[in-house]
Amino acid sequence: MAPIRLLIGTRKGAWIFRDDGARDNWSIEGPIHLGQIISHLVVDRRTGGTMLMAAAAGHLGPTIFRSADDGKTWVEARRPPAFDKVADPAAARAVDHTFWLECGHRDEPGVWWAGTSPPGLFVSEDDGITWESVAGFNDNPMYRKWAPPGEGTPDGPLLNEVVIDPRDKNHMYLATSTAGVFESHDRARSWAPLNKGVEANFLPDPYPEYGQDAHYIALAPTMPDRLWQQNHCGIYRLDRPANTWERIGRAMPAEIGDIGFTIVPHPRQADTAWVFPMDGTDVWPRTSPGGKPAVYRTCDAGRSWERQDRGFPPQQAWFTVKRQAFCADEGAPVGLYLGTTGGEVWMSPDEGAQWRNIGAHLPEIYSVVAAPVR
Amino acid sequence: MISVSLPSQLQSYSAGASRVEAAGATVDLVLRDLDRRFPGLRFRIVDEQDRIRRHMRIFIGREAVADIARPLGEADEVLIFGALSGG
Repeated sequence: MAPIRLLIGTRKGAWIFRDDGARDNWSIEGPIHLGQIISHLVVDRRTGGTMLMAAAAGHLGPTIFRSADDGKTWVEARRPPAFDKVADPAAARAVDHTFWLECGHRDEPGVWWAGTSPPGLFVSEDDGITWESVAGFNDNPMYRKWAPPGEGTPDGPLLNEVVIDPRDKNHMYLATSTAGVFESHDRARSWAPLNKGVEANFLPDPYPEYGQDAHYIALAPTMPDRLWQQNHCGIYRLDRPANTWERIGRAMPAEIGDIGFTIVPHPRQADTAWVFPMDGTDVWPRTSPGGKPAVYRTCDAGRSWERQDRGFPPQQAWFTVKRQAFCADEGAPVGLYLGTTGGEVWMSPDEGAQWRNIGAHLPEIYSVVAAPVR
Repeated sequence: MISVSLPSQLQSYSAGASRVEAAGATVDLVLRDLDRRFPGLRFRIVDEQDRIRRHMRIFIGREAVADIARPLGEADEVLIFGALSGG
């Protein structure tokens, strides 16, 4: 099996874990850009080459760093994501930080997409060196309704994800914290909400056309008509061309619930996915329910879920795993990786059956990406 | 030339220099001149709407600057600070 690079973004810099080819021993490189807030650190899945890092700092504005030498050296993007300048102060938007980086369709080498806070969609056609505002979303007549000023997460309102259909570069999905999921069939020129059946229990109309908080969406890699969603209000699945999401989280144990930040599909088995539930009761602690961390897996498209907690602390462990901080590799068996807000890195070499700690004492972890060395 | 003081947060752009010189009749033009020599520096101080970022401070001598259109004289000194904030 190809060695794995584990790309880890934290609130105080980035680190790269490298394995020995057997996922047993991990060496740690870093910190990279210590002190900068790294929302996402990714590698080009098409080539295994260019790495991009979404960075900001407590004082400084946001930027994108690029590496073409496997993370050894980093150069700043010549023009990072930025909204167009406007004369009307009331309409003036400024990127606070880039939250999500997505490499483009395999037929479009050098193309990357970025989602920002406040919600904005940006594209690069030159491998991340310069970025342009995508008018189809950012200047959409509905923008103010889809991204109302003042709404948002503790880190601000987010366009938190971009997903591209591997069969069709024109077919894309977005996830936002302010209006839920959107779909485009014309390579981001126009967008329509895709939220039917998804709850928004914090609004007067609990099933609006838009207004949901889509924490994370993912396509099943071997069945791209299947969408998984971990929402602020539960776990959902949508099999296109249907357009009504099914709340598969209803099958989770009632004492655990179906609240979380992220969902990870199996790379080859379309009915299998993992979630990391958190406590969404009362004042929303957003920690492992009961202080007992566990992953839950479905192998039947969400009809049932099984608990996988072997290796995690059995009690008094109050993990939170954020949106980009849980991922899978493509090994057989699949390796799973998650980073916690407490700066710990956990991995399972056997599809969640056993978990072990492979890193600790890092800053709050925002993103974990597993990338094979090519 | 205008003397410009850079805070530690920006010295990765200036090869560690805490004081540099730049040309320009306004704060904006000075920042643009600096950006030509230290690419990327301006956007980390000023956003795309030309507003000084929330946690950055610019002074002319002891006078706080709110607008980067503020004119400069040859004898002026520009001081850029990271604000007392964060954690």
